[in-house]
Amino acid sequence: MDDVLVTASLLFVAAAATAAVFNRDPARQAVVLSLLGLGLAVAFTVLQAPDVGLSQLGVGSALTPLMILLTVRKVRKVRRTEKGAGSGPGSGGGKRRR
Amino acid sequence: MSRRLRLGVLAAGLLATAALLAAAFLELPAFGGARHPYGDRAVEASLARHTANTVSAVNFDQRAFDTLGEETILFSAVLGTVVLLRQTRGEHREAPEPASVPPALRRYGLAALPVTLLTGLYVIAHGQLSPGGGFQGGVVVATAFHLLYVAVDYRALERVRPVGLYEIGDAAGEAAYVLLGAGGLLAGAAYLANVLPYGTFGTLASGGTVPLLNAAVGLEVSSAVVVLLAHFLRQALEIEGGGERE
Repeated sequence: MDDVLVTASLLFVAAAATAAVFNRDPARQAVVLSLLGLGLAVAFTVLQAPDVGLSQLGVGSALTPLMILLTVRKVRKVRRTEKGAGSGPGSGGGKRRR
Repeated sequence: MSRRLRLGVLAAGLLATAALLAAAFLELPAFGGARHPYGDRAVEASLARHTANTVSAVNFDQRAFDTLGEETILFSAVLGTVVLLRQTRGEHREAPEPASVPPALRRYGLAALPVTLLTGLYVIAHGQLSPGGGFQGGVVVATAFHLLYVAVDYRALERVRPVGLYEIGDAAGEAAYVLLGAGGLLAGAAYLANVLPYGTFGTLASGGTVPLLNAAVGLEVSSAVVVLLAHFLRQALEIEGGGERE
C-alpha cells in the first residue's frame, strides 16, 4: 500500500514538473507550480516527512505561485504603459483589470 | 568562445556531474532500510529532552544554531526585497479601485480565514509535539490574512495589515531568537543550549527552549511573509509609472 502511494505521488510530481517546464505562459505556470507543490507535499507525507510536507504546502503551493502571479501582473502593467507611451494613446493597454 | 566550444564545455560538465551523481547514488544505503544511525541518536536525544517531535528537537535544540542561520536567511532576503521593491523616483501610487468578488468566494474566504489563522497558531504552538512549528505555522498565519485580499479586496487587507507593525514583528522575532540563545550563555551553558526545565513529555510546556524558539520563529516568519507579500502587492496594484528609464 505504501509503495503504491509513493509511486503514485512521485509519478504525479514528475508529470506536474514536466508540465510546468513545457508551459510557456508564466501565469499558467504558477498554477501548475501550485499543483506540483501539492504533489510534493503528498510525496513528503507518504515518505513520513510531514514537517517538510507542511513547509512545502505553505511555501510551494501558496506563497511562491502568489509571488509569481503578482510579478507577472506588474511586468504586464509596465509593458502596457510602455506600449501606450510609445505609440500614442488608444493603441496598447485596453481594458485594465483590477 | 565559439558556440561549439561552449556546448563542448557544457557537455563535459554535465557528463562529469552525471557520473559523480551516479557514483554517489550507488553508495547510498538501500531505500527504506532498518539501519538509521543518525536517526536513532536524534530520537534518543529528543526523548531525553522530553520533545515529542524529533524534527523540532533537531531543528531547535540539537541543531538550533543552524536554524538561527536559516531564520537570518529569510530575514535578510525580505530586507533585500523591501529595498528593491521600494517606490522610486518617477513612480507614483494610485489607489486600486474596489473589486467585485463573487458572493460564494466571499463567503468561503471569510469562513476559511479564522480557521486558517487558528490552524497556523496551533501549528506554531505545537511544534514540539506534532509536525510543524514556527516556519510552517508562520506561513499559514500570513496566508490567512491574504484570504481577505482574495475574498474581499485589497483595501480590506490594507486595513488589517499595518505593514510597519509587521516590519517590527519581523525584527523582534529575529532578535528574540538571538536573545534566547544568549540566555544559554547567562545560564552558564553554551549559546542556544537548552537550559530551561524540560517539562512533562507530551504537554505544551515540554521541550525546554524548543517552544520558545518556535514562537520566535513563528513571529519572524509570519511577519516576514506579510511584509514580503505587502511589497509585491504594492508593486502589482498601487505603484504606477517607472516604465521609462532615465
